[in-house]
Amino acid sequence: MNPARTPVSLLSLFLVFFRVGLFSFGGGLSGWIYREVVTLRGWISDEDFFSGLALSQILPGANVTNLSVYIGQRLRGPLGSICALLGLVIGPFFAVIALVTAYAQLSATPWIQDAMSGAAAAAIGLLLVVAAKGAYTASRRLVPFLILTATFVMVGLLQWPLVLVVLGLAPISVAFAWWQASPDA
Amino acid sequence: MRENVLWSLIVVFVPFSLVSIGGGPSIFAGIQHQSVEVYHWVTAREFIDLFAIARAAPGPGSMLVTLLGWKVAGWTGAVVATLALFIPSSLLCYGVTKVWNHYRGRHWHTALERGLAPIGAGLILAGVFAIFRIAGAGILSWAIAGIAAAILAWRPMLNPLILLAGGAAAFAVWHGLIPY
Repeated sequence: MNPARTPVSLLSLFLVFFRVGLFSFGGGLSGWIYREVVTLRGWISDEDFFSGLALSQILPGANVTNLSVYIGQRLRGPLGSICALLGLVIGPFFAVIALVTAYAQLSATPWIQDAMSGAAAAAIGLLLVVAAKGAYTASRRLVPFLILTATFVMVGLLQWPLVLVVLGLAPISVAFAWWQASPDA
Repeated sequence: MRENVLWSLIVVFVPFSLVSIGGGPSIFAGIQHQSVEVYHWVTAREFIDLFAIARAAPGPGSMLVTLLGWKVAGWTGAVVATLALFIPSSLLCYGVTKVWNHYRGRHWHTALERGLAPIGAGLILAGVFAIFRIAGAGILSWAIAGIAAAILAWRPMLNPLILLAGGAAAFAVWHGLIPY
């Protein structure tokens, strides 16, 4: 069940997600999680990550909290999920409250807002790297590449409801993967 | 009175937790309606401010509910609201994940995993697009994101905090030189 050679310690799981939670401005959280968990530590594989990400998006709840629960469960079971989720949320919990109490002063200082927009834009760069990696993996075969493109066009450009798009595309994509992975294919 | 307020936080946010398919953005309109028009926790203007703060702060945008709880009942309110929004969906996710990982290695599981992977990647790409659209980002934001991505692709081990600081400095300097 456990994919890691030596089990990941609960403390390091907590700390990784704590860092991701605290330093992820502007919505680059899944990009940051990918970097920490897949690129740097190799705790889970690419496919593991992206399928977990798709699950996280279909299920109710914030995508990153679901993704933390997923990765925590995968590595260390229930305690893993709790550590990852707690690590992710506890920093931002105090950060938003600190920010709201300082809001009046901050909003009077224009360069702080500019700096925050700039940091947010750089955080998007993290996400772009993950997207490029996923696109590269998918583009080795025609059908996954078409599925990826269709997902992007429908959800990103046409702004169709995410859940309906996923429910519509998933059966096609999975049927193809099923046929591909069949021993007699 | 105080118990009543905490109770209404739970009553409002637990259902939102379970219907927030696609994450925070799908429930913001509903949360706004409940907290401004139904419960009068905050005014419409305050709600917009809290929304902006939650977006600027690190962490998921749904930390907005932490701020609502904080406004209504201080630290206790913040804790109760946060738990009410995050626990129900996380429990559900845990259950699904457990089943999902239990059947790892089966043929249908492999097919599901491989089939879902390109969709997950497509959703990330769409997410990047959506963030920029919501933020009303200009050419400078795209440039910073592109450069940051290029640097990370070239040096994957680089600490992203350096990039964030670089982006922040670039933005502040640029807007300092060229006023709006």
